[in-house]
Amino acid sequence: MCLGVPMQVVSIDGADIVAEIDGVKREASLMILDDEVQVGDFVIVHAGFAISKLDEAEARETLAIMREVFKLEDMA
Amino acid sequence: MNYIDDYRDRELVCGLAGRIGELAAGRSEPMTFMEVCGTHTMAIYQYGLRSLLPANVRLISGPGCPVCVTPNGYVDRAVAYCRQPDTIVATFGDMVRVPGSSSSLMEERARGGDVRIVYSPLDAVALAEKNPGKRVVFLGVGFETTAPTIAGSILAAAGKGLRNYFVLTAHKTIPLPMEVLSADPELSIDGYICPAHVSAIIGADAYRPLAEGQGVPCVITGFEPVDMMQGVEMLVRQVVEGRSAVEVQYRRVVKWEGNRKAREVLAQVFTPCDAEWRGIGMIPGSGLAINETYAHFDAEKALPVVVEEPREHQGCRCGDILRGKVSPFDCPLFDAACTPESPVGACMVSSEGTCAAAYKYGR
Repeated sequence: MCLGVPMQVVSIDGADIVAEIDGVKREASLMILDDEVQVGDFVIVHAGFAISKLDEAEARETLAIMREVFKLEDMA
Repeated sequence: MNYIDDYRDRELVCGLAGRIGELAAGRSEPMTFMEVCGTHTMAIYQYGLRSLLPANVRLISGPGCPVCVTPNGYVDRAVAYCRQPDTIVATFGDMVRVPGSSSSLMEERARGGDVRIVYSPLDAVALAEKNPGKRVVFLGVGFETTAPTIAGSILAAAGKGLRNYFVLTAHKTIPLPMEVLSADPELSIDGYICPAHVSAIIGADAYRPLAEGQGVPCVITGFEPVDMMQGVEMLVRQVVEGRSAVEVQYRRVVKWEGNRKAREVLAQVFTPCDAEWRGIGMIPGSGLAINETYAHFDAEKALPVVVEEPREHQGCRCGDILRGKVSPFDCPLFDAACTPESPVGACMVSSEGTCAAAYKYGR
């Protein structure tokens, strides 16, 4: 029920956006979103509403730190 | 990068599994972690994550499926609306097959009831706009992730001046039942895998009373296998180090303060109320009711209807499963009288139900 999908914003029209994942496009409302979004940003879409902007720098960092740690452990 | 596939990286999952094993080896006592989000429940079964964990790290499912914790009486009322003339019942797909006391929305549709499945509550508002001669009753079920979208739909309907859009609400908030369950000595929960998208709204700060007051470690975790294994690793580490804090694994989406705008929209339309949870009972202040300002959108107040006396199904253990007391495999009906094709309890029918996950993906 709380399933939300990370989708990339492809267009913005006032308080409505069109977002896309794997070629599937969906309209979504920005009515309950705190953050400013621009075309190209990723947002979590749930039940036709963008509920959160995805922080891409955090996303990459989480993975990079993990990859680094496991690489070091392999060498040990 | 689509922020999904990279978090399904096999090497990272295996690396995290190894780390969890090393950490847990230093502790002889078992550790029990509960997840309270149906999407986590599905992910644990789908990716077979339990098989990657050491014997002393146990994952149990809690009341994370909003459809499952909704009492039969709610479905019975929705069924009663299906039988009213000039009434369209609009709902998310999950509710359609949930058995009420004597019928379900699917059965009512087969009998001629007008039941429509929508993707967004705004689609239900559009239905009301297109059908001015009919009443549209939307079934507002869900936790803090979904409730602001319902509030948004009510504000949208108010903005359009619609008088034929109604919401039958059974919204619930998740931190209070977590506090109730962690106080249950029979469960002895050592930590929570906190819900991902509920937390995007309420913020990580919402779990401080649980972690800092009740001493239960809380880690907000994303839905992909790398997220989940890292979340479990963070919980095991807290237990081993004797700490209890709120930590955020799902940092790419969840902020400490959450989504203020969504909470403002929510507070504009809803007010806290007592709520009945299947399996747990009444928890004061754990529900959301439509406030006085928007009372004319509240189906329960605006559309009186006679509802049958609710009754529970004999032998069904959904209640115990929702409290994490038994697994689906302990229920005498599981995979016998109760299957996804012919469900007895809500946990088998919802796509996020623990029994549905166990049936689909096995042990």
